[in-house]
Amino acid sequence: MTATKTMPATGASTYSRLQNLSTPIRWMLFAAGGMFALTTVSHFGKGDPSLLTSSSASGAMIRWAAPILLAGLGGLFAERAGVVNIGLEGMMVLGTWGSAWGAINYGPWWGLAFGAGFGALGGLLHAIATVSFGVDHIISGVAINILAPGATRYLSDQIFDDYDGGSVSQSPGAGAFEKFNVPFISGGDSFFGWNSPDTLGWFDDKDWFFISDVSSLVRGMFVQITVFTVIVYLLVPISGFILWRTRFGLRVRICGERPSAGESLGVNIYLHKYLAVVISGAFAGLAGAFIVLELTGFYREGQTTSRGFIGLAALIFGNWRPGGVLIGSLVFGYPFGLALRDLDGDATHNLLLVIAIALGVIIIWAVRRGNRTDALLAGGLGGATLIWYIVSSTAPKWLPNTMPYAMVLITLVFLSQHLRMPAADGQIYRKGET
Amino acid sequence: MNAASLRKAGLAVAAPALAAAVALTISSIVLIISGSNPIDAYSDMFDNAKKLETSIDILNRATPLYISGVAAAIGFRMNLFNIGVEGQYLLAAFFAAVAGGAVDLPPVIHVAFVLVVAMSVGAAWGGLAGVLKVTRGVNEVISTIMLNFIAVGGIIAWLIVVWQDDTGQVNSGTTPIPESGRMPNLNSWLEIFTRDIGKGRHLTGVLLIAIVVGVLYHLFINRTTVGFEFRASGYNPFAARAAGIAPKKMVLTAMVLSGGIAGLVGMSEVLSDSYRFDQSFIKGLGFQGIAVALLGRNKPVGIALAAILFGFLNASAGALQVGGTASREIVVIMQATILLAAVVAYEVVNRLRQKDEARTAAALLAESAS
Amino acid sequence: MANAIELVGITKRFPGVIANDDVNLAVEKGEIHAVCGENGAGKSTLMKILYGMQHPDEGRIMVDDIEVKLSSPADAIELGIGMVHQHFMLADNLTVLENVILGSEPMKRGIIDFDAARTHLTEVSESFGLSVHPDDLVETLGVGERQRVEIIKVLYRGAEVLILDEPTAVLVPQEVEALFDNMRELKAAGASIIFIDHKLDEVLAIADTITVIRQGHTVATVKPGDVTAHELAELMVGSELPTPQTTDSTVTDEVALVVEGITVFDLDDRAVVEDVSLRVRRGEIVGLAGVEGNGQTELINAIIGTESPASGALSLFGNDITQASVGQRRDDGLAYVPQDRHQEGLLLDAPLWENTALGHHKRPPFAKNIWFDRVGARERTEQVRADFDVRTPNIEVSAHALSGGNQQKLIIGKEMDSDPKLLIAAHPTRGIDVGAQAAVWQNIRDARAAGLATLLISADLDELIGLSDTVLVMLRGRIVATLDPAEITPRDLGAYMTGVAVQEEAS
Repeated sequence: MTATKTMPATGASTYSRLQNLSTPIRWMLFAAGGMFALTTVSHFGKGDPSLLTSSSASGAMIRWAAPILLAGLGGLFAERAGVVNIGLEGMMVLGTWGSAWGAINYGPWWGLAFGAGFGALGGLLHAIATVSFGVDHIISGVAINILAPGATRYLSDQIFDDYDGGSVSQSPGAGAFEKFNVPFISGGDSFFGWNSPDTLGWFDDKDWFFISDVSSLVRGMFVQITVFTVIVYLLVPISGFILWRTRFGLRVRICGERPSAGESLGVNIYLHKYLAVVISGAFAGLAGAFIVLELTGFYREGQTTSRGFIGLAALIFGNWRPGGVLIGSLVFGYPFGLALRDLDGDATHNLLLVIAIALGVIIIWAVRRGNRTDALLAGGLGGATLIWYIVSSTAPKWLPNTMPYAMVLITLVFLSQHLRMPAADGQIYRKGET
Repeated sequence: MNAASLRKAGLAVAAPALAAAVALTISSIVLIISGSNPIDAYSDMFDNAKKLETSIDILNRATPLYISGVAAAIGFRMNLFNIGVEGQYLLAAFFAAVAGGAVDLPPVIHVAFVLVVAMSVGAAWGGLAGVLKVTRGVNEVISTIMLNFIAVGGIIAWLIVVWQDDTGQVNSGTTPIPESGRMPNLNSWLEIFTRDIGKGRHLTGVLLIAIVVGVLYHLFINRTTVGFEFRASGYNPFAARAAGIAPKKMVLTAMVLSGGIAGLVGMSEVLSDSYRFDQSFIKGLGFQGIAVALLGRNKPVGIALAAILFGFLNASAGALQVGGTASREIVVIMQATILLAAVVAYEVVNRLRQKDEARTAAALLAESAS
Repeated sequence: MANAIELVGITKRFPGVIANDDVNLAVEKGEIHAVCGENGAGKSTLMKILYGMQHPDEGRIMVDDIEVKLSSPADAIELGIGMVHQHFMLADNLTVLENVILGSEPMKRGIIDFDAARTHLTEVSESFGLSVHPDDLVETLGVGERQRVEIIKVLYRGAEVLILDEPTAVLVPQEVEALFDNMRELKAAGASIIFIDHKLDEVLAIADTITVIRQGHTVATVKPGDVTAHELAELMVGSELPTPQTTDSTVTDEVALVVEGITVFDLDDRAVVEDVSLRVRRGEIVGLAGVEGNGQTELINAIIGTESPASGALSLFGNDITQASVGQRRDDGLAYVPQDRHQEGLLLDAPLWENTALGHHKRPPFAKNIWFDRVGARERTEQVRADFDVRTPNIEVSAHALSGGNQQKLIIGKEMDSDPKLLIAAHPTRGIDVGAQAAVWQNIRDARAAGLATLLISADLDELIGLSDTVLVMLRGRIVATLDPAEITPRDLGAYMTGVAVQEEAS
């Protein structure tokens, strides 16, 4: 034991990695590259794919991604505490009902609160089953996913059915938060009696290649938003801060990595797992509230359409980090948002070309890493997509409905093996067993 | 029977009894809060179930649930969560209905043909998730859910096309399967033992398929060496691998088998009810099947009992509606609470059993040492 | 001198077992107090009680002569008691700093004050000569470094009483010396150390006082100057200490296993096994020594087939098995006793007769064609139970109901009774009691006499030297020495294992 090993620089700490600037810069370069590809396709693609870089597409993306993001962040808290939360979908369903009920009776802020509260109840149930009773996490999650729609249907039958315009499967209008445009960026609104400039709108109107497209896309993210949207996206840095800078966060993370180590230092593992899973449920409930208050305006059965699961996919995509979850949500939210606006199917059709380009990038990445299987697979998929794009003139009817899910799958196909989940994720922890 | 085995038997009965008690209590509380009399509601449900026609209804509902439960259980037995039974059975039923309606074959062969198509499509769709897991490490829970949406989204879009092309018929579906491809009902067999069946009710012939599936499942999982490998992988995948059980092969086999069985879920409707696939084709059986499998502890007989219980509850919804004693939606609450109470109760009882066994073994050691 | 810790009349019962029966232990301030005893004697339970992880059924705990009640580790930490666990309690994906401050995080305005924490950690590590880098991820650290982190964790909390639970078990002799230096420094700084060990030379070298525990009782408290190693050994086991000893050589000329130039890469494409060649003959036991993490696990995995080598060849009795699956290798007569019986050896929730079938389930008496033979499996299990003295109420109980020793006997029994030709045994006696240990050694010797070829991997150097016909040493993925056990001591072996000694012509 004479010499101490010197560590390679790559073994930098999670703590200093957070301060490491190269990662954001790399992501920004990535985003710029993606934008450029999107822009090129939207200008030179078949038919009229201008929707691809329109502010209406990016606005839809922001709104579509928000519930996915919330679910993903919810998953982040639970899985960092070592509890797999497949019940996010069910908790989101509870959130939709709670928020509609709260908003109808007391206004949107209460809708938000009740959405989170109902979701938290689902989280509490999951925590009781998995943490206290040691039920398999997936089984408990599946059970909650079955319970939630049943419970809300019963509640609707008891309560919404008596409301004017409500029924066993849907609520009357729930109201919404006020929409606004962000001054200086996408302004144009009256701002203390003065019309702020619409900077990005100005660029957008210029029709400069790339610059106008980027402006348009970014502008879409800042027009007609609400305070709720702002809160959702602020939760990304807040979650990162809580998990990596606070005592609570460190203790939650030990639950997901090595609970016995925490136990031996006097950390109450059960308590932290409980709190994390309840927070997880509250986030999922907020996702439900977002759907009700921002997307549909009322509660309706089946309106969560698997966004809880896509949130989990975003969590995996993001390698169990808040920033990654955000990017995953945007990537997955984009095709959903697009499908909503794309009535003639041209944009979806040209999205095939974008996917082919993305797969091309994966080929380069795989070749550089010397991963021949990845390169061949990406080549095969990319080639097939490209050929499909070239020989067809429009998207088939079923494509907009299925493409977002297919994109999630394809992403996971290339990412799953390069990721690292918390070491004790999904394991049943019992006090004093080690 | 000595005290120890008596305890063991007691523990085995304890879990379902505990779950039932908890579920009944919660459901009763919910009923009371919403202003209904639980006793009235329960007696309505049971009175209704006593009728011959309702019993047939229950069996008809339990049949696809049972097949769906077995499909899910095959994966669960080795800790593989095939959440995709839903997509697998819908896709399989769709293609089977299309294929069955497109050909003209002799009676028995026609039915067999439809079954083979259904199982192949289900197996392929399930197998795809297996391939993704084995070769690319994609978590099967996420992949099967995505595949569900791809399957359902694809079918719905296809039906929209058909609907638009058609002459304005709103609920158009696939071409109905001709007489030769239909499964006869079992009324005449049943009527040997009972009075004549009224109300135009038919006992589905697919019940026979479900029974065959159950027997084969039991033989496979408990009596074959491959079944042993399945269970070993479920107990401890690392030990199984070190013992020469190829994990990837197991995952693939499980997903293909699970998907293949899932393909049969829609057959009661395709072969003995509507004979085609349309927009009102029954959905949600995949998720209910998961519940049934969990409730039945993935055991052949357990799943059957759970399927009949769920069938009974589903069939009771109508009776509650008619009787007006309670909201029909209470049955969904009952199903969900039974499920949740059951998974917790099984875990609690399992821990008690483990402690009990450890105590017995340790006591024996202490005895032999002294 | 005053007592830092005093345990009086501690009794702790588990279902069917009394782990501690009226145990007494008094630790003076500023001494190194060794607690000795065989595996299963109740040492770890006692330490867990002192650290608040277990609660005694009877007895009193005194800290600084004041009676206390410890309901959790937090209470113990509060009283200045810290524990370094035998299995390190560290999270790989967290930094050294995060691991150390966990549970005692310094706070500033509601968030963790990482700067203050880093300063404090550096102070602690410098003042005791325990060098670590606070911002390293723990996964990048070696065993010795991890142990230093564990000790720092305890000192960071200002502990004055340190419990070290078998700290030398994972260290090579040279690392042990460094640890002892650290311990002496701690003692000089006024700390009291309770030190669990059953290697008597180590105990005699470092301890000020020795308490011996046997079958849950305190047998004696002695000073190292007053006893010899032999007397201490008799106190521990109550009779003659068994040591493994091989009788006359039974090595034949028939080569069972040939490993030829095997190289294995890990996920980061580093060679963890590099160009390893070895052969094992019928009737021969080849011992494989090495500090954990030097490629032994990967080499075993490559031999049994759960890991595929990047290059090289394997053959079993002349048949090339390089591409063969695990199952095919087992069919060819390969048997395997895994290093972690819970992880790789048993189906804990399955009955014993299914456990016996595991790995042999495709062959009679466990199989008839495609069918699993439940009758045959039960009969064979009864046979294993009788042959290997597996203590169990019946063969229907699940494997987790058995004690560690009986689980191990079941695993060895099921492998031996299947008529193997080559046995890969990894740490076959780890964590089992003396009686079972002797039985396992006897089984391996008997099988050797009957012509079994054995590759034995062990961290117990006495076991390696005592049982093997040849000992190979692995270091950084390579075989660095081939030694004759008759001519070496554990110390010599340790020197090769750490690279202090180098053999000129390594095979």
